[in-house]
Parts: sequence; structure tokens; C-alpha cells
Amino acid sequence: MTSILPLTEPAIAARAATDSDDTSAHPGAPRRTARGSRARRVRYALTVLVFLLPSAIPLTLFVLTPMVSAAWISLHDWNLLSPMTFVGLDNFAGLITDPDTARVFGNTVYYIVGYLPLVYIGGLALALALNRAMRGRNLLRGIYFLPVVTSWIVVAIVWRWLLAPENGVVNGVLGFFGIDGPGWWTDPSWSMPSIILASAWKDLGFVMVILLAGLQSINTDLYDAAKVDGAGPWRRLISVTLPMLSPSTFFVVVISLINGFQVFDQVYAMTGGGPAGSSQVVVGEIYDLTFRYGSAGEASALSWMLFVVILAATVVQVIGQKRWVHYA
Amino acid sequence: MREVSTRSRAPRILIAGVLVVGGLAMMFPFVWTVVTSLTPGANLGSPIRLWPENPSLGAYEILFTERPFARVVMNSLMLAAITTIVQLFTSATAAYAFSRLPFRGRGIVFAVYLATMMIPLQVLIVPLFAQLRTFGLLNTYLGALLPTFATAFGIFLLRQAINQVPRELDEAATLDGAGHFRIFATIILPNIKPALATLTIFAFMGSWNSFLWPLIVLRDPNLQTLPIALSGLQGQYTTAWDVVMAGSVISVLPMLAIYLFAQKYIIQGVASSGIK
Repeated sequence: MTSILPLTEPAIAARAATDSDDTSAHPGAPRRTARGSRARRVRYALTVLVFLLPSAIPLTLFVLTPMVSAAWISLHDWNLLSPMTFVGLDNFAGLITDPDTARVFGNTVYYIVGYLPLVYIGGLALALALNRAMRGRNLLRGIYFLPVVTSWIVVAIVWRWLLAPENGVVNGVLGFFGIDGPGWWTDPSWSMPSIILASAWKDLGFVMVILLAGLQSINTDLYDAAKVDGAGPWRRLISVTLPMLSPSTFFVVVISLINGFQVFDQVYAMTGGGPAGSSQVVVGEIYDLTFRYGSAGEASALSWMLFVVILAATVVQVIGQKRWVHYA
Repeated sequence: MREVSTRSRAPRILIAGVLVVGGLAMMFPFVWTVVTSLTPGANLGSPIRLWPENPSLGAYEILFTERPFARVVMNSLMLAAITTIVQLFTSATAAYAFSRLPFRGRGIVFAVYLATMMIPLQVLIVPLFAQLRTFGLLNTYLGALLPTFATAFGIFLLRQAINQVPRELDEAATLDGAGHFRIFATIILPNIKPALATLTIFAFMGSWNSFLWPLIVLRDPNLQTLPIALSGLQGQYTTAWDVVMAGSVISVLPMLAIYLFAQKYIIQGVASSGIK
């Protein structure tokens, strides 16, 4: 194992350098010395702009600007049709004291906590299994990707059928083993687990594809070195594959958190938030507020509350990554 | 030798077996969609069958003769193709800056980019609609396209990939006199092919499946995209589930084709060929 360690330590050092914003630490940046002339600095700044503007312009115009507008709307009482009335922070105050807000946030967090480990471990197992040379590998990869491209409308119909309480397939199998299956999506305490199961199943292929791409960028020399050191398959997984896959894992975790907090389609298609609001999530509430109750101000306020929560969760991830994500 | 090979063959067969059984389970909803699309007068209340009763292609015929599905599919294909090409460009350039071009405040700028993913579309859509109306872009392809031109998802995905490319490669190119544009085009892009292929799949899929935004911007039936035409079927033919499912099959096939095409590039260890 010893020959692996010297490889990871410089990697950590290189990473520490990458994440600081101090330009002087980088070979690619112009040095702030007498020789780093003004013209050179201007040229470097122009280079940065050329690389950033193609994305910065559309993101500013079509995402950031509407985000600011939404913040402005959140301070108003507005049904989308009549003129807006300024109400200050009333929408926020109303939402914070409303027990429904805590409930929908609770359901959303419940979803993430159940979904994320399932989909990551499942997707990792799939990626590892389908990364080895085997006959029919491409066909299998395609098959595991099928649910990702199948619409939620179809997936929801099939999963409701699979999880039907009386004559569903899942309860049939459980019954075979003498287990009395629950009411799944018809039972308030099982509606979230039903959605979690269907979502993890559908997104396995998504995680698989990202991790497969990550596996391809692992330097195969590392495996040879580990083999020379007598590392078995399990040891190679723990000491080479997982650390080298950590940038992809980080991506999957951050994206799944951001998307998980905005879970909606599957809830809408599978339970509509029911029974008895037991599976209502934040974006479901936002959707209802906007399009059902015509309360755009409250919907915008709730969105901004959600934004703050997602931002906080992401910041924790970004700070935490320094402990476990290794870049080349 | 022989002992080793038999010992390692057993788990391999077990893994293959699990993969095949799991694969059948993954295929099941799609197979059911196909079967339902071939069953005239299919009823969702009846038990799920794996073979159609009186199989017929009638549902597909309805889609392409009574409904403008050829046009709708072309609209969706065009929008998805443009979105994918533009996103590959905007994502790769931005990712290069976030990985290789340090500047003061870069961390903050990247955080703002990520933040664009954190507000639900359901809420952005109201101000966005008003904005595009002032630009006179409602009912135009451009109006549907513009908000899809850059995504933090793609930038983040490619940044992670570029961070994995050994910096020794850039440094060697710099010594040879290459500037950032040369390094980007000749060192970075060839080394992140798997990530570019992955982004191709997801950018295409994002556009292909997007519902809410095209629904609101493209009111003209001639400009309609596939998901909207599909939901329209459900409204008008409440019981014609075979037609709806035929539409679903049509909506899955191009995505699967893109996936199978892009998958070819998600192969081989590129980084290992670069450094010794």
C-alpha cells in the first residue's frame, strides 16, 4: 500500500492550491511582480472573460435576473393577474408560522435521506459491475439507463401497480415469505418510502453513467502499483477506486442534494402529495401556491426559503469536500 | 492456475446473473409501455400484461396521420440538438476557467453559478415569461432556447472532469509555448471525452423532456414539442391509452439512440495515456 500514499499526498497539496483564490500560487496566472506587466495582466483578464462570458451572459439574463424578480415578488401579494400589493415580509412571516411549511420541508428531507444512500450505493455497484469487460456489457448499460429516459408518468403508473396494497407484485412476493406488506402509497406512513423506492430505481442509471465516466479517468498505473504491493480487489476498491472516484462522487452528492430538495415530478405523478398530505414536498407546495391558489407572492417567498436551505446544504458539502475529495 | 480461475469464475457468474435479473426488472416499465401501445383500446385499470391482445400498430398510425407528430418530433429534435451543442460549448469554456484560470473571487463566482440551480423552475417561470414578452421572444424557438444555453449542471460536471486531468500535461504544453486556447483545445478537451459524452446525454435529455418552459413559451401548435403534445393526448383522448403509450415509446427511442451513441465515448482510461 505504501506506494499509493506518496501519490495521494501531492494530490491533496495540489488541491489545496487549486481552491485558494490567491492568483500568485498558480503557474498559469500572471505573477504580480515587476515583470508581470500591465499589458500581460489585461490579456489574462481578457482570456478569463472569453472563457466565462458564453455561460455568464445566459445565466445572468435568464436565471439570475428572474431569481431577483422572484425575490421582489416574494414581498408582494399577487395572484398573477391583478396589480401587485407590497406586503413586506408578511409572506415569510406567514410561512414560518404555518405548520404546513415545517411538514413539507420535513417530507423533503425525509426523501433526500432515504433516496441518496440508495441511489449512490446502487449506482456505484452498477458502475463497478458494468465497468469490467464482459459480454453484453453495452446492452446491459443501455437497459439500466432505460428508466432514466422513461417519463415519470409511465414509471408512476407501473410503480403504483407494483406497489398496489392488495394484489401488487411487491406485496405478493413479501406474502410468499410470510410478510404482511404495507399499504405503500395508500398509507400515509408508507407514501414517502414508495416515492423513494421508485425514484432511486429510476435514477440508478443516472448515477451509473456519471460514475462510469469517472472510473474512466482513473490512471490504470495506480492499479498496477497496488497489485505489485499485493492489494486484493477489495483493498484496491477502498484505496484506489473510491479516492480516485471522489470528484465524481462529490458531483453526484451535490447534484442529488440540489435536485432532491426540488423533488416534484415523481410526487406529482405517484401520489399527488397524498394521502392526507403525507408526501407533499416543498416544490409541490410551491406549485400549488402558484398554479392552484394563484398566490405567486407566497410561492416566491417559499422558493427563497428553499433556496437558503439548499445553499446552506451545498456550502456544507463544498467545505466538507476538502476532507475527502482528491483531485489529480 | 486452474484453481484460481474456477474460484474467480463463481462470483463473476453470480454478478452476471444478478445484472441480468436486475436488467429485466429495469426493462419492465418500458416493455409494458410498448405492449400497451400495441393493444387497441388498452385500459390502465386492467391487469398488466406482457403480450398485447389483438396487437396493432393503429395507435402509431393515429399519431402520425391524425396528429402532427412528425412535426412535433422534428421540433423537439431541433431544439434538443441546438441546446446540446451550445451547452457543450458554454460548459467546457466555463469549466476550463473554473479549473485552470485562477482569478480573485473565483470561488464566489462559482458559488453564484451553482446557486442558479437552487431556485425551482416553477417560480422562475413567471418573471421569465414577462421578460421574454418584453424582448418579443414569445412563440419563437429562440425564446424556448435561450434559457437552456448554459447550465451550472454541465459546468460543474466538466469542471470535476478537468480537475482530474493532470496539471503536468498543461505545464508541458506551456513549456512548448502553448497558450490557454491551445491547451484547452488540444490537451483538455481530448482528455475529458467521457465527461463530454455524459453531458451530451444529459443536455439532450434535459431539452427533450422539458415540459413547463416550452409549454408556456411555445403556444403556437406548430411549434409544439413532444412532451406537450403527449400531455395533450391525455387531455383529448382520455381513454386512448394505447395512443398515449405509443407517444411515450416514440419519446424514449431517440433518447436511447443518443445514449447508445454517446456511450461509445465513455470508455478507456484517457488519463493513463497522458502521463507515464
